[in-house]
Amino acid sequence: MLTLLVNGEKRNIDVDIDTPLLWVLRDNLGLTGTKYGCGMALCGACTVHINGIAVRSCVTPISTVIGKSITTIEGLSQDSSHPLQKAWSEEQVSQCGYCQSGQLMSAAALLVKTPHPSDADIDNAMSGNLCRCATYQRIRAAIHTAAKVGG
Amino acid sequence: MDTKLKMTRRAFLKADASLGLGLILAFYMPIGLSKMVAGKSISSTSFEPNAFIRIASDNSITVIVKHLEMGQGISTGLPTLIAEELDADWEQIKVEAAPAQARLYRNLIWGSLQGTGASNSMANSFTQMRQAGATARSMLVTAAAQRWNVSTSEISVSKGVVQHNGRKLKASFGELVEAASQLTVPENVTLKESKDFKYIGKHVDRKDTGAKLNGTAQYTIDMQLPDMLTAVVAHPPLFGAKVKSFDDSKAKMIKGVVEIVQIPSGVAVLANGFWAAKLGRDALKIEWDTSTANTLGSDEILQQYKALAKTSGAVVRSEGDVGKALARASKRLVASFEFPYLAHAAMEPMDCTIALSDEGCELWHGEQMQTLTQVNMSRILGLKLDQIKINTLYAGGSFGRRGNPQSDFQSEAAYIVKEVSGRAPVKLIWTREDDMQAGFYRPLNYHTLEAGLDEKGNITAWHHRIVGQSILAGTMLNSVLLEKGNDPMTMDGAKDVPYKMPNLLVDLHTPKINVPVLWWRSVAHTHTAFIETFIDELAVEAGRDPVEFRRSHLSGQTRLLNVLELAVEKSGWRKPMPKGRGLGLALHKSFNTYVAQVAEVTVSKEGKLTVDRVTCAVDCGIAVNPKVIESQMQGGIGFGLSAALKGEITLKEGKVDQSNFHNYQPIRMNEMPHIDVHIVDSNEAPSGVGEPGVPPIAPAVCNAIFMATGKRIRSLPISLHDLSYS
Repeated sequence: MLTLLVNGEKRNIDVDIDTPLLWVLRDNLGLTGTKYGCGMALCGACTVHINGIAVRSCVTPISTVIGKSITTIEGLSQDSSHPLQKAWSEEQVSQCGYCQSGQLMSAAALLVKTPHPSDADIDNAMSGNLCRCATYQRIRAAIHTAAKVGG
Repeated sequence: MDTKLKMTRRAFLKADASLGLGLILAFYMPIGLSKMVAGKSISSTSFEPNAFIRIASDNSITVIVKHLEMGQGISTGLPTLIAEELDADWEQIKVEAAPAQARLYRNLIWGSLQGTGASNSMANSFTQMRQAGATARSMLVTAAAQRWNVSTSEISVSKGVVQHNGRKLKASFGELVEAASQLTVPENVTLKESKDFKYIGKHVDRKDTGAKLNGTAQYTIDMQLPDMLTAVVAHPPLFGAKVKSFDDSKAKMIKGVVEIVQIPSGVAVLANGFWAAKLGRDALKIEWDTSTANTLGSDEILQQYKALAKTSGAVVRSEGDVGKALARASKRLVASFEFPYLAHAAMEPMDCTIALSDEGCELWHGEQMQTLTQVNMSRILGLKLDQIKINTLYAGGSFGRRGNPQSDFQSEAAYIVKEVSGRAPVKLIWTREDDMQAGFYRPLNYHTLEAGLDEKGNITAWHHRIVGQSILAGTMLNSVLLEKGNDPMTMDGAKDVPYKMPNLLVDLHTPKINVPVLWWRSVAHTHTAFIETFIDELAVEAGRDPVEFRRSHLSGQTRLLNVLELAVEKSGWRKPMPKGRGLGLALHKSFNTYVAQVAEVTVSKEGKLTVDRVTCAVDCGIAVNPKVIESQMQGGIGFGLSAALKGEITLKEGKVDQSNFHNYQPIRMNEMPHIDVHIVDSNEAPSGVGEPGVPPIAPAVCNAIFMATGKRIRSLPISLHDLSYS
């Protein structure tokens, strides 16, 4: 039995320690907001925070995250009140929406490190997150909007 | 999830109980109001004047949306129409996906089929949804008039409140539910004039936004049912290969693997959760029978097409005498164009959840073609159509992929659940590699174009030949949709080329190749719009400005001319630019929507291309939701640009080379140009926006590259070309 700290709660699970965190979150803990897109850390749909750092959960064995603080989209805020979630709503970013949990988690980690990112900062932090609906322009706008509110 | 499920079932039952009117009648009366009426509610706690609206006593309005939400915004668009005519408050509207019940929820443009595609969701629903809303409004007004003992003409409705102004009487919709549900559904209702629109043409927030920013939106991959098993399938390495034998001894040893079954498309491993299923799949040892498989590489397929293009194809349009006109032309230009196979690569890989019971079969997935999937499921499972229940969930992108007439991945799920005799519900998940390698691509196409110019620089002859696989061949739509024996999915945008040319010939070859193909966001237009680069070449050859050249060949094409002028005006067309920078124009009509785009590019001396900016003008008739239209144009351009810059699926000896996003690379944040969208003010009936943003971007960028470098791109993707200059 292993214990993970997810969104501030201790969760016990019984799985192999090399199972990717993504599938533990989704299949064992029922936290399905984090999405599978590629399984190779190429698309960013599975992005979560480990001790505040944006990490691709699809290639992160749970053996490496025991004792660390894991935050998923479900834990980004209690009530969709994170400045980025508000900005995402204001800018009407989402189309199919499938990649947006990962986009939001990457953007949230960016704003912690760089509260007022430039376009180049956004390119650097967000280019690991694919969006086939190509909502990039509005993601960029929403990050700027949230940065203004946050500052 | 439980609540959602129950509501869906309830809606399904309601629909079933009310099928007094036959399919035939419905088929021949496109928008007959009485045909969509599901009958009054038998419950007094809700008012269901038709199959699209349910108003509850708590004042909530549930709109039943008949089209798949795959990102295009239709789960906002259709409720907007109902809210408009109902004079509802936007905040009181909730959305629910319609069950698979074609008699109520068919696509009115597609006759008896329920489904989403051809960018026609808004076009086929525009009047139908407004009538549904107006009917409900009329009944609520009548109920209020009876309660207050006044004439209906004295009553007004605004933001979900019914009121009698003179006597200061007010009632919410919820308060009128019981009375309204006792009334007879009116046969005729009056729709608003466009000048009175409060929601149509204005911005309303998308209904799916909230759930898509906190992880609660329900996609297929998120489905959980009691005792459910997850299935991952080993697909054949070559298209058409079959399982000869397999050894599953190692797979069975993996913790969590429950069962392993052979199905027509491979071997499925069922497990508790995805990871065990995938490990099990990867541990299978399978011997494949490749005797009937495709072993051609894409290079060989292209060579075959080139040979075929030297011969005449089936004539799809012929005017005048192209041969004579070419012989008399003062200048002739010949070019050929190559377009690769492309994967849809939706962010959510293909997936489907299915359960069998004594009553039949139930599916949960993002489905574009409910009726066709019902047919395919019934064939596989030996059930009647009405025993196939489909719960349509949000799709994590589709771009045509979840609308396969062969229902490929849904069929796979059906075979698996059949093999396990329905003992457990099954969630089939394709890996990204399955999604990219197990087929259904935009077909590889080869075009030749030959045109003649007269001494004034006008086009006098045009011969366009297309070689590419038919998308419809072998599907159940083949007999229905062919146009004089030819597949419109291969030639749309070419046979209806908008330019006035006195002598014109379009012919078509549709060779049979054992690589599965399918429509891909904007279908044939993905390649036929590329004639815009040839138009540019002709303008240069004629010594004319590309805008003026197009304009002079588009007389009478008012809507196309309007978007051309708008894009030109907003883009700063013809502003002086240094070597290495360029503007390129392309325009194209698809799905009754007119789009012109001007791309602005920078090419470094070393040949590095950047698409800096795109100006897009669109005429889609009445702009129901301008912000959604803007997002669809931006998204379509991003999607088309991914293909234009780097997109290609190639095969070697029949095996697909690409497998994941490292070697099939959609554009990313740092490659996305800034896009300005300008919408033509129009009172025409609304047409689609999901697809029409895609076609012009590739030719616009290639025309810009020519201006920047003098190099012509005649095969895609652009990444195959050396753009460097000195």
